[in-house]
Amino acid sequence: MTATPPPAEPVVDAAPPPEPGGSDTRPGSKRDGQSLWRQAFRRMRTSPIAILGAVIVLAFVLVALLAPWLAPYPAQATPGRDLIRPTMIPGPSAEFPLGLDRFGSDVLSQLIWGARASLVIGVVSTLLGLAGGVAVGLLAGAFGGWVDTAVMRFVDLMLAIPSLLLAVSIAAIAGQNNTSIIIAIGVVQIPIFARLLRGSMLAQRKEDYVLAARSLGLTRGTVTMSHVLPNSLGPVIVQATLVLATAVIEAAALSFLGLGGGRPTEAEWGRMLTGAQAELSIAPRLALLPGLCISITALGFTLLGESLREALDPRMRRRR
Amino acid sequence: MLRLILRRLALLVPTLFGLSVLLFLWVRALPGGPAAALLGERATPEAVAEINRLYGFDRPLHEQYVRYLGQLLQGNFGTSLTTRRPVMEEFTNRFPATVELTIWAILIAVVVGIALGYVAARRHGSLVDNAAVVASLVGVTVPVFFLAFILKFVFAVRLGWFPSTGRQSNDIDATHYTNLYVLDGILTGEWDAAWDAVLHLVLPALALASIPLAIIARMTRSSVIEVQSSDYVRTAVAKGLRPPRVRNRVLLRNALLPVATTIGLQVGLLLSGAVLTETVFSYPGIGGFLATAISSADYPVLQGFILLIALVYALVNLAVDISYGIIDPRLRTR
Repeated sequence: MTATPPPAEPVVDAAPPPEPGGSDTRPGSKRDGQSLWRQAFRRMRTSPIAILGAVIVLAFVLVALLAPWLAPYPAQATPGRDLIRPTMIPGPSAEFPLGLDRFGSDVLSQLIWGARASLVIGVVSTLLGLAGGVAVGLLAGAFGGWVDTAVMRFVDLMLAIPSLLLAVSIAAIAGQNNTSIIIAIGVVQIPIFARLLRGSMLAQRKEDYVLAARSLGLTRGTVTMSHVLPNSLGPVIVQATLVLATAVIEAAALSFLGLGGGRPTEAEWGRMLTGAQAELSIAPRLALLPGLCISITALGFTLLGESLREALDPRMRRRR
Repeated sequence: MLRLILRRLALLVPTLFGLSVLLFLWVRALPGGPAAALLGERATPEAVAEINRLYGFDRPLHEQYVRYLGQLLQGNFGTSLTTRRPVMEEFTNRFPATVELTIWAILIAVVVGIALGYVAARRHGSLVDNAAVVASLVGVTVPVFFLAFILKFVFAVRLGWFPSTGRQSNDIDATHYTNLYVLDGILTGEWDAAWDAVLHLVLPALALASIPLAIIARMTRSSVIEVQSSDYVRTAVAKGLRPPRVRNRVLLRNALLPVATTIGLQVGLLLSGAVLTETVFSYPGIGGFLATAISSADYPVLQGFILLIALVYALVNLAVDISYGIIDPRLRTR
């Protein structure tokens, strides 16, 4: 937050006309020179908040990917089954660094496998929401007129239900498993992404480069798909980073409400928290540890998303 | 103003109508259909056929929908499968509890959030500012139910300062008029009952307030930073207005407008959060009941509650929109 930006450069509100295909949003692309994304990326490298966020996210992704090698025990194993008593759940020991849970599973292993579950749920549901939202938003933003009105009415309708309740309704139809959680969280994000993309596209359509492209004789479809769309994706990508945080939390919340299904021993942070409710007075660490994991992961994605948003926002840049 | 309100109320009709279609189709889309949902594990083919005939699920969809809509308009939201009582009755019995909890949470979030954001913005870049930014980021990322867990564990289980569950202790015999327990206690002069209700509310309200508080603080901060460097604030200062007057009439009034929007947007979040908070604290509101309905697959309750919550949500948003006109005279002429 305290990092001072490099000397003021002219604010670039619209990136230079993109190449067809729309791959210009890559921050490292050489031809962009001083593009918005390149500037934003440079800005982020000097921000301690962005770095902290990136480190957390990287650590989380690594733990999730390397779970089979990092975790001392397999996902469903209950190595300490015989050590559990109704009034006593063994705490940390040399064999089980973070202790056991009420089924006799190793908590450390469960947390590591839980990272994997959270990553899968978070990423897949966000991609689902992103794909759906971009499709819906593109429909509204590209055609305008009555299509826009009809689509946005439906989007408003979905936004009329508080998100968690919408997710609950969807998960109830999709059945009791992790896939239904993914679908629920993804679908809930669709109207949010759609609205964002539509708004962004409407703003871009008035830009001069659109007029230029049109006067060069490009068709409306080409202009929309390879010029307006790539330039409108900025806020959507920022939102996607932030949604990853929400997705991790909402997945935990849905499991917590008993919608995840699956076995109670399954390693998922939200379910671990639910299970810990009964043992709150004898083994508070069982609630504390998965809760901390959820919070820290969500914090990582939020820090990353926020600094990306700040680095991309011309208004925020001028202010300092 | 009146015309604006009426127009917005009229716009609400198609929204609720669309929602009722969605919820109607939702129950029909459930695995096994509404009859299987009603019967649960007892769903033999004969029983399903019987239920379908009894409730008219074998009729054409549009015919069923018209009937459903007719019942809704008469205030009939079906019957709970678990308690066998009308959904509407379950809702109205529990709604005051959630309203009370939500009001406290909003109060905490608004008062603390605006104060925190304002102080941070006035000392932009200072240690206080950075601390406030970090605190608000953490506030957004700690899941409501986890925070509720921590508060319950530390302040109720370990320290025993606050009760860990419910709305009022069993040994208190209070009179209830409004079913807002604190207000009831004050109205009837039963101070011990009011105080007891307050003690029960502190922890759940704090947990529920966390996310809106963080969001409001951030919004206030960025809005005050923007407004305090604006030309009209400089003009007001240059004109010789006294600092408190600049602060109250010029700075806060302009800076709080986007904050008011944000507060309105928090209502959905609060209603979602209430489901989780009420579950952790076994607080007898609509949220806790909804959570039970989820785990027991009580579809009429889910269907009815979601519709009623959406109605409340829409009405609150309308009230927020109207309040803009009061805060910002520029919007009044529309």
